[in-house]
Amino acid sequence: MQFLQNSLPYLLAGISVGGQYALIAIGYTMVYGILRLINFAHGDVFMAAGMFMVFLSASLPLGLAIPLVLIITVVLGFLIERIAYKPLRSAPRMSVMISAIGVSYLLQNCALYFTGGLAKVYPQLPWLSDTVSVFGAVTKRVTLITPVLTIVLVAALSLFIKHTKIGMAMRAVSKDFETARLMGIKVNTVISVTFVIGSLLAAVGSLLYFTNYASVTPTSGGMPGLKCFVAAVFGGIGSIPGAVIGAFIIGIAENIIKGLGWTTFSDAFTFALLIVILLVKPTGLFGEKATDKV
Amino acid sequence: MELRKNTKKDGLLTAAALILLFAVLLTMELTMKSTSILFTVLKKGVIYALVAVSMNLLNGFTGLFSLGQAGFMLIGAYTYAILTMPVAVKLSDSVYKYYDCAIGFELGILPSLILAGLIAAFFAALIGLPVLRLKSDYLAIATLGFAEILRAFFQWDAMGPVTNGANVMRQYKDLTKLRIPFTDIRFPPTLFCFLVSGVCIAIIVLLINSSYGRAFKAIRDDEIAAEAMGINLFKHKEMSFVISSFFAGISGALLAMFQYTVQAAQFKSAMTYEILLIVVIGGIGSVTGSCIASFLFIACNEWWLRFLDESSNNILGLNILRSGFRKVVFSIVIMIIVLFFSKGIMGEREFSWARLRAFFRDPFGLRSRRARKAATGGEVNGNG
Repeated sequence: MQFLQNSLPYLLAGISVGGQYALIAIGYTMVYGILRLINFAHGDVFMAAGMFMVFLSASLPLGLAIPLVLIITVVLGFLIERIAYKPLRSAPRMSVMISAIGVSYLLQNCALYFTGGLAKVYPQLPWLSDTVSVFGAVTKRVTLITPVLTIVLVAALSLFIKHTKIGMAMRAVSKDFETARLMGIKVNTVISVTFVIGSLLAAVGSLLYFTNYASVTPTSGGMPGLKCFVAAVFGGIGSIPGAVIGAFIIGIAENIIKGLGWTTFSDAFTFALLIVILLVKPTGLFGEKATDKV
Repeated sequence: MELRKNTKKDGLLTAAALILLFAVLLTMELTMKSTSILFTVLKKGVIYALVAVSMNLLNGFTGLFSLGQAGFMLIGAYTYAILTMPVAVKLSDSVYKYYDCAIGFELGILPSLILAGLIAAFFAALIGLPVLRLKSDYLAIATLGFAEILRAFFQWDAMGPVTNGANVMRQYKDLTKLRIPFTDIRFPPTLFCFLVSGVCIAIIVLLINSSYGRAFKAIRDDEIAAEAMGINLFKHKEMSFVISSFFAGISGALLAMFQYTVQAAQFKSAMTYEILLIVVIGGIGSVTGSCIASFLFIACNEWWLRFLDESSNNILGLNILRSGFRKVVFSIVIMIIVLFFSKGIMGEREFSWARLRAFFRDPFGLRSRRARKAATGGEVNGNG
């Protein structure tokens, strides 16, 4: 019982962070599935959503600010794809990746400019930020809400991809880009929808994540971004359930490592996991067989 | 015969240009104030030129998209700082405040520089064993990950007796401690950076032009064809990775000398991104491009765009110009280069005297264009 009480906070934090990572990881896995591009800017879109929230909630009531944040983030994701990735559709993969790194650099510098380099305090969301106690472990309510919300959103997304026309088009494009185009699928629309969904989930993830961490800095998107990419690879890139499970595993493992007192290595663990996975099972847990990874 | 005469003449020209460059540097250092921003830009520029060229060796010439450069610079910088810190400082509390330093000796500047490179190369050899089996973006993420692991490792408490944990390293032999051998006269610091970087870049250029360099390029252009021609893929990739990291380590050590203090937290992935952007601006696969781009990048970043950061420069009562605006403008320019001029400044070409001569004979192709126009215009007239 004592052990449970000591380790429960870490476990809860792990599950919560895992849920937040899952929402970001879906953005990576969908974009990679379709464009074969590591969207380095995705972590910074997540950071930008946090920044929008900070600035909007300063002047607007929360009920108005939250939907506005979601909309602006979606527009941002859409514009990034249109401006920075679309012109390079036929360029080598490396140039698109460099472009993604450039966008990430730009977003970080913009955030630096608007914040003046200071960490911004994230607004307290009523009800979500309240503390509750579970089996004697005190935590914020958001910790409990996150996994539930994540699972609901993922289920909705899965239904969307399975049963709607655009979802079917997405699956087709990720299977074979050229053939899908020949079949009359509007590839550009599909890619835009992918970025819209990815950004929307990243915005929801940022609401939950920053409620937990309470402050946003221009670089706070970098590390979660990389970790979520690792989660996507771990689960098998292109697979949505894989990304979710990968994200939960990474979130929980990271917090257990923190609980053991090895905080310095909680980031390093993620990358060690990535390298092991790529060497042992490059397709990830649920990935389809592909030959060009290793 | 003509060609050989030209090559010989070009070699002499290059040597003369280099001697002239060093002479100009030396006179500048002897006559101008050493705190001038020009020297900061030159020193930092040449240090970044070295690391950009080393990254170009991997990304541009071997086709390995690696993003681990900051990690290897970190190793170089720390190795240098630890080795050159005087024993008295190590024993006192001024740097190793919370730990007892485990390294009980100190070395001179040159052996430490070389060791900095060697240790970075050693780590690269270890990391390369698993990582180089991966391809393109997976390699990028894995090397980025290793750089992060290295950073965590250097900040680890248990490494404290060696790396001073997450605390700042200082009071090692920086650029002001340089002396001309056997005398007590200060060695001009900018000249020193240029000498070390110049020698390293020259070695990389020689390597690229050797049979190994041709093997690297063959791997870049087509791995399967290269393997079929009998090139040992793994051996050459590992070689390129290790050599590139060696020079990244040396440039990290130079950066430590230049900065007077060094801290692991500085070597984030953002640093690798900056170096990558320099390589892209200069042209992937061009050594001269990387060098030109790194001076431009540093000069814009540290000097020419400074005015954008000063709120006193605002006109029309707008409050746009303030701290950080420089970086925004700068990254927009970089995005424009990446999107619309993806070949960068030099593309895959190198500087050559022949091209320079051709340029002066026909600047920007104006004359030949005019001639062509005249020719076609004549035809039209003739028809009419």
